[in-house]
Amino acid sequence: MSKRKMQPADLPAGECVSQLQEMLRQRLCHQQLPDRPEGVEAQHKHLLELLKRTSVHGESNSVLIVGPRGAGKTMLLKCVLRDLQEEKEAEKNLLQVHLNGLLQTDDRIALKEITRQLHLENVVGDKVFGSFAENLTFLLEALKKGDRSSSRPVLFVLDEFDLFAAHKNQTLLYNLLDVSQSAQAPIAVVGMTCRLDVLELLEKRVKSRFSHRQIHLLSNPTFAEYLGRVRTRLGLPDHFPDSRFAADWNASVETLCEDKSVEEVLRRHFHSSKDFRSLHMLLMLCLSRVSVAKPWIRPADLLEASRLSFADGEANMLHGLSILELCLIIAMKHLNDVYEGEPFNLQMVHNEFKKFLQRKSNSMYNFDQPVILKAFEHLQQLEMIRPVDSSSAKTQREFQLMRLMLDHSQIMEALQKYPQCPTEVKQWAMSAFG
Amino acid sequence: RMKYFTRLRVRRVYEWRGKPLSFNRKLKTYEYGSLAISVEGLPRITVIKIGQHILIEGEDEDNPYVAKVIRLFGDDSGKQKKAVVQWFVRVFEVPLSKLKLLGREPHPQEIFYYQGRSCDDEVDAGSILKPVQSELAPASSPPPPALASRGPARRALPTPDLTVMRRAAQGEARGGRATASAGKARAAEAESLHSSTKLSASKCLSAKRRNASARTPGVRKKLELSSECCREGSLLSCCIVLWPIKLQTGIPPQSKCDGCPAVHVDRAEVDNEISPMLPVIATPRGSKRKSAQLVSSRIRKQLNLLDNLQDLNSDGEDEEEFVPSKKELQSSEEEEEEEDEEEEEEAGLDSDDDVVYKKGRRAAAGPRTPRSKPRIRSSTRTPQRTPNRKITPGTPRTPQCATPSIPSRSLPARQPANVLEEARTRLHVSSVPESLPCREQEFQDIYSFVESKIEDGTGGCMYISGVPGTGKTATVQEVMRCLQHAADVDEIPPFHFIEINGMKMTDPHQAYVQILQKLTGQKATADHAAALLEKRFSNPAPRKETTVLLVDELDLLWTRKQNVMYNLFDWPTRRHARLVVLTIANTMDLPERIMINRVASRLGLTRMSFQPYSFKQLQQIIMSRLNKVKAFEEDALQLVWAALSGDARRCLDICRTATEICEHSPADPSATGLVEVGHVMEALNEMFSSAYVTAIKCASLQEQLFLRAVIAEFRRLGLEEATFQQVFVQHQALCRVEGLQPISVSEGLAVCRRLGGCRLLLLEPSRLGVLQRVRLNVSQDDVLYALKAD
Repeated sequence: MSKRKMQPADLPAGECVSQLQEMLRQRLCHQQLPDRPEGVEAQHKHLLELLKRTSVHGESNSVLIVGPRGAGKTMLLKCVLRDLQEEKEAEKNLLQVHLNGLLQTDDRIALKEITRQLHLENVVGDKVFGSFAENLTFLLEALKKGDRSSSRPVLFVLDEFDLFAAHKNQTLLYNLLDVSQSAQAPIAVVGMTCRLDVLELLEKRVKSRFSHRQIHLLSNPTFAEYLGRVRTRLGLPDHFPDSRFAADWNASVETLCEDKSVEEVLRRHFHSSKDFRSLHMLLMLCLSRVSVAKPWIRPADLLEASRLSFADGEANMLHGLSILELCLIIAMKHLNDVYEGEPFNLQMVHNEFKKFLQRKSNSMYNFDQPVILKAFEHLQQLEMIRPVDSSSAKTQREFQLMRLMLDHSQIMEALQKYPQCPTEVKQWAMSAFG
Repeated sequence: RMKYFTRLRVRRVYEWRGKPLSFNRKLKTYEYGSLAISVEGLPRITVIKIGQHILIEGEDEDNPYVAKVIRLFGDDSGKQKKAVVQWFVRVFEVPLSKLKLLGREPHPQEIFYYQGRSCDDEVDAGSILKPVQSELAPASSPPPPALASRGPARRALPTPDLTVMRRAAQGEARGGRATASAGKARAAEAESLHSSTKLSASKCLSAKRRNASARTPGVRKKLELSSECCREGSLLSCCIVLWPIKLQTGIPPQSKCDGCPAVHVDRAEVDNEISPMLPVIATPRGSKRKSAQLVSSRIRKQLNLLDNLQDLNSDGEDEEEFVPSKKELQSSEEEEEEEDEEEEEEAGLDSDDDVVYKKGRRAAAGPRTPRSKPRIRSSTRTPQRTPNRKITPGTPRTPQCATPSIPSRSLPARQPANVLEEARTRLHVSSVPESLPCREQEFQDIYSFVESKIEDGTGGCMYISGVPGTGKTATVQEVMRCLQHAADVDEIPPFHFIEINGMKMTDPHQAYVQILQKLTGQKATADHAAALLEKRFSNPAPRKETTVLLVDELDLLWTRKQNVMYNLFDWPTRRHARLVVLTIANTMDLPERIMINRVASRLGLTRMSFQPYSFKQLQQIIMSRLNKVKAFEEDALQLVWAALSGDARRCLDICRTATEICEHSPADPSATGLVEVGHVMEALNEMFSSAYVTAIKCASLQEQLFLRAVIAEFRRLGLEEATFQQVFVQHQALCRVEGLQPISVSEGLAVCRRLGGCRLLLLEPSRLGVLQRVRLNVSQDDVLYALKAD
């Protein structure tokens, strides 16, 4: 710290930290594109060539990008589009239409959105006129009038491609793919999905029109690569305003990555999931603990962040229950053990609880039936138990069959951490039989 | 109110005039010389005579068919009244390809002699609307040189002067005129006159003169056959300009001098007829300056011509009566020129003779201008004469005239630069091949089926099935291209070809809308379109050409009542439909599977099945596509066939992908630059390899463990299904075996969900939590193989 004061070019510490926060948050939260795709160079080249052919030669294509969630499908496409824009011919010509299966939930909406994004002539302002049928005819007519050499190529990006396959008759997919296979306006259809079985969703005539090009994003990074990714994600670039701060920070990141406990935490994450989005979440938690007083990430921060991200929400909810509710849960656990997971009702749980009370001959937990019913309902509201069948209107609440939604390990774990849990309750939970 | 008018139907009464001329014993028909048409509620009677040109009701109300009466006959009961006619076609009815042959810009009102063999020349008298006046194209309009040389064949029609129009409107039925009574009926009549005889009503007078010329057989014969002027082929042999003449109200003072005492009364009457309903005399929008000038100049020329030709007119009396004096015409010309200045003036309806007169003149000139023609309907009925141009652009209205188009690119597309790119262009599914190899037999069958139906003027259905990518649609379209060509060179009668696709509509009932729009350009709702089509196909419409309808993806037109399919197959069976329906679908047994009996029965048994392509055929297809572009090694192509299902699209895509791979693979010095076996293998891999195994290999350790736990639990249960809770127990055990820290339930659920997201596992909805059931979407062997390979 003292060194920094000697250099007049340096920024004050607070400024540095806020700069750092901003820069890293851009990377971790705002999906800032890396300068070049990491680990997917081949796919990047493939897709770039494909889209180049559409935009430059007017060749229609269709392709699917398949990869698990967080594998970088959107990142890949965005990188490709960014690189494509550098090409002058492509930049001027390519029209883009971005659709998302979660937003355009049926063809009617999708068609309006396409028409709007293409600025076709039946759009006035931001409104698309005409009925669904008219829109479809209009769009098809528009695409039909185009031809390979003279009309601008259109790129259709269908995010969550599998959801489009659920639309009625797959009309949109059929028509887009049909255009891509006939001498009409040149279009490229790029679908993105995480489902490996996406082709089986397509109807056979739709499937026949699809070119069957699939780009799989199934990278298999080693742990060393994973660790390297952590470094690059956290490292500050050379053009950071305060070079000394940047050097200090990079050195601290380096030491962090060499720490044994940190490595263990990261390895655990790596074993759980290789996708980078969860890693970014973890790093984000660490980053938010960086302050002026502590301008680096300590291993303890990472451990804490990891604990947070692995926390079991349901077990945590058990901590907030009353003793009575906890007892009911334990009674249910015993019932599950005895009857091998068969559903139970309130009466059975109450009986089990009464047995426990009789054994202890301790009246401190003597509750009335309505109180127990209330507790039972509370558990149901928390979705720790759920009725077997939803048609619950007919049966009385006391006799409605329920299932426990918690695993035994969760209950035991929660009991250990429950503040001031009475010993007899703990013992009851541990005992093999109620 | 406008709509009310358009919908209103006029009831006409048809009666023979005079005694039958002759009796045909064999057919038991009486020949008549003339037919009288009177409109119910109106005293006026119109007489149709043999040789007259008439308008015949067609599907387009604004543009009725034009024909010439050749014979009029009826049966002895008197119920059936028929007419044998010679058809004429209008400019817009002539296919573009033939218009080009004409070698000049046709006048929008020009009609052409029609010699199509396929058209029924016998029409029901009930479809006759009214007589129309026509004349041979004058030399003044720029005719082909050949036509110009045949001066005597042409007749000039006197200017569409009001006198003439007046007469025309009243026809020969002047005697039986009386004041019309029912306002509605009068309006209807006025309406019908306005709408249906847009071009109309100068009527018989010049028709007679036309006939006179037409009756000179030599001339007509020459018109039909003379080769120098008939380069167009048989269809376009005779050029006749239909004079657009409007029934109008205003009678100029001069008109009294033409020797018709009734004229003045007429005017009053007609004014009465129209004014109560239309506050402003319905007129077509005023002609533009240019058109007015054009008209007047043309009139002048015609007058000169008329002077020369007058002696040729055989029907002297008519001529004298109807041809206005030159002086009069000139005066009207002057009027017309003046009109230029006064054009902008919006004259309301008043009884001022002068204004009315001008309007009448304008009306006469108006329809002749090509521009005003498409708007005739609206303009004639719009009392306030609101011109379309007054609608300011950019108002947030539904853009009616929006043209569907994709903007064109700023830079032209790059052309293929090397062999591989060339090959790729040729291999793209979209590139239309010169011919369709391996489908010769199917092509022939479809061709002869459709051709025979067109030749006979009958209808029929054909069902074509085959798995996707076997060239069904391509073959049919190829057939239609060939037939269209044959029709263009007059080997077969002309026909319409329209195409609908079940996948390209939002609802089966939209099929009607699309068919109607493609047939006539009309827009209608589904119900209305169905009604119009029903009418079109079931009524003996005059001069109907065969319609060939291609219905692609037929199975999507299925509705619960199947009425769309029923109609599609029922129409061809109608006597007058002249409809050929070609249907395409994927499955061979579609008629048996989804159609109810009455639909399947109408579809008939003309079926064709496209077999999947064999390897040899695919090879031939690729070869013909590549057309000597050498881009593939011999053995590379051999490999392509090995992995195919007979889908030509797939095959082309593989080859195309292979060329891409070849292009981007690092150049091997020994390589020939052609596509090799390795490239094809890679392409096949990309397209067909299942990603499951790779996905499992790339999964994280916990995910792999979870898959193992699933299999272990399945084995323990002896079932292919387990709850998450059960699997999780196994998972914890496996973790301990592997020396890993056991994971929490929520982490386990996250792992499970990720596998479910890729569809390696099939899961129940996630709100079931630990109770959700888990199934594998891959075979256990695949999982074990993938996990072992590590």
